[in-house]
Amino acid sequence: MSLHDRSGLGPNLDVEDLVVIRPDQLNDLIARLGDLGYETKGPTIGDGAIVPGAVRGTSDLPVGARDAQSPGRYRLEYSDDGHLFEWAVGARSWKAEFFAPRERQWRAVIVDGTLRFTEPTKSARPLAIIGARPCEVAAISVLDEVLMNGACPDTGYDARREGLFVVVAECTAPGGTCFCASMGSGPSAGPGFDLALLELDDADGHRFVVRVGTARGAEVMAGVSSTSATDADVAARAQALDRSINRMHRHLQTEGLAALLARSMESPRWDQIAERCLSCGNCTLVCPTCFCSDFRDTTDVSGAVERTRTWSSCFDLDHSYLHGGPVRASTSSRYRQWMSHKLSTWWDQFDTSGCVGCGRCITWCPVGIDITEEAAAIRGDDEAARAVHVEEEAR
Amino acid sequence: MSEISATDARPTLAVWKFASCDGCQLSLLDCEDELLALAGAVRIAHFTEMSRTSTDGPYDISLVEGSITTPDDAERIQQVRRDSRHLVTIGACATAGGIQGLRNFAAEGAYAGTVYAHPEYLKTLETSTPISDHVAVDYELHGCPIDRRQLLEVLLAFLAGRRPAVAGHSVCQECKGRSNVCVMVANATPCLGPVTRAGCGGLCPSVGRGCFGCFGPSQSANTISLADQLSRNGATGELVSRLFRTFNANAPVFRAESERQSARGDA
Ligand code: SF4
Ligand code: SF4
Ligand code: SF4
Repeated sequence: MSLHDRSGLGPNLDVEDLVVIRPDQLNDLIARLGDLGYETKGPTIGDGAIVPGAVRGTSDLPVGARDAQSPGRYRLEYSDDGHLFEWAVGARSWKAEFFAPRERQWRAVIVDGTLRFTEPTKSARPLAIIGARPCEVAAISVLDEVLMNGACPDTGYDARREGLFVVVAECTAPGGTCFCASMGSGPSAGPGFDLALLELDDADGHRFVVRVGTARGAEVMAGVSSTSATDADVAARAQALDRSINRMHRHLQTEGLAALLARSMESPRWDQIAERCLSCGNCTLVCPTCFCSDFRDTTDVSGAVERTRTWSSCFDLDHSYLHGGPVRASTSSRYRQWMSHKLSTWWDQFDTSGCVGCGRCITWCPVGIDITEEAAAIRGDDEAARAVHVEEEAR
Repeated sequence: MSEISATDARPTLAVWKFASCDGCQLSLLDCEDELLALAGAVRIAHFTEMSRTSTDGPYDISLVEGSITTPDDAERIQQVRRDSRHLVTIGACATAGGIQGLRNFAAEGAYAGTVYAHPEYLKTLETSTPISDHVAVDYELHGCPIDRRQLLEVLLAFLAGRRPAVAGHSVCQECKGRSNVCVMVANATPCLGPVTRAGCGGLCPSVGRGCFGCFGPSQSANTISLADQLSRNGATGELVSRLFRTFNANAPVFRAESERQSARGDA
């Protein structure tokens, strides 16, 4: 038994401890979570992309997958190196797990002249996500503020959210549209995880440095054999994260951005974006924090009434429909609403950014509209306008 | 023709056919689980796909399928309108002119000459046009064919005196709600989803195909930008034009885009 062997010493693990496991032990970790009663899910390959799915062992993960992402384009390639997490974010966020695209709120029937309401039963089985990305974990906390801790909690959200166990996979291969470093949500994991993995494959072999995030995480790791991280492991981990930041070529200048957008409501850029924007809503639907929904009451032939919540989008004309017509009738006003909410008014409303920099809205926009590019253009227009103003004042 | 009994308080429903394939009106018979209850809530006064019995108007609600392609039909729709308190058009033919609207892009008689040995016996109009070009329409239900759940929703909303919960947004919203991976982004497959009205539930992208645009233009369809992107992905003007010229070829937004693409001349 080597000096660093911690097998069986799990209970001694503390929050912030670093240990090392091999792929086989990651497999044990997944199995252990299953044994503890969790429904285990994680990134899988489906329809040519990385998507959430059932994960019962490492072979269900995207083995050897590499993603190429750019505005409006996503492709997967494969390597035979067996790496599990050498890709960035997948096509879908984890949002749908807690906030289903479509959910019945209640059903009412008239029995003997009185209305009887029934609500759907809530799922009792806790969820464990293995391999969520740091930005995705950050996005879950953003959603918590809206759908769990906010003024109008969602009826189904907390049931699924409660008891969630998160194993985050820190990023060593940021995608072509990622900008989490600008948003402070990656590539290393912030708060909100139970265990954080960082995949390494060097002279010391294919392994994962595991950082313990919670007491619950420590308990789960207690059942999995691991070794303490060596100085070399710690240094390799730090290097991998540094490299990851350096490889991230997309940035969003956040300094003063909220105020900048607030004073740019009349920017000519909105109309220019609207020439390209399809108003299709894809950006909002792939966004891990967009929460807009629609509530519809319908009747059926028996006279029963049902209320259903569905995902909606600020790009849907009906979304701002008030008496007489939509408040945001033009595409430019709808894009402006979306972007200024994400980057500006979300701060006023929830005291956080509504964007975590995952880049999905850029990749999955069918025409490749890029939120970072548009924000930079609006900043440029604003600076130019202010320079003219200063010049005029001086004259 | 028989008389409506004076004691029957149920609203009357009539179903009319113009130039069409009958697929949309058959959606009503497809509502198998709900059909009996529905038939209890409305009195089906005229529906030749279901019964030979027909009662005279006026009708509380008329479902109109098909486009106007003959002088006779241009007359007949006027009578249907006069006989109907509410007139709802169903399907791509009735709402946009249908696949037969392709004649609107061709020289007079070009298709008839190809299909019929003696086109001189035909008495048709030069164009295939939607019902709304001829009479006032109270509600349009799109699709080729329409979605039976949406049809049921329109009828139930009518009975309850509420607004139908029928979306006007893009197919993309349904596609993403179904957890599909976008075929356009992940595979460069031409897809009309971003400019097409929802209703099908994102059927084609769910099986890896691009959307064919069966439900016609969405509420705020930006066909120019989508066509530009299809071209960047390698599609010629001829191909993009053909994409827009199917069941809803004559819908104004699709029509304008197909004409713009044909004019590109890079077939
Ligand atoms: S706005 Fe775009 S980059 Fe930001 S969190 Fe949403 S999808 Fe990701
Ligand atoms: S920005 Fe892109 S994804 Fe969003 S609505 Fe416009 S075209 Fe669709
Ligand atoms: S596959 Fe088509 S309908 Fe689905 S999101 Fe992509 S563009 Fe929209």
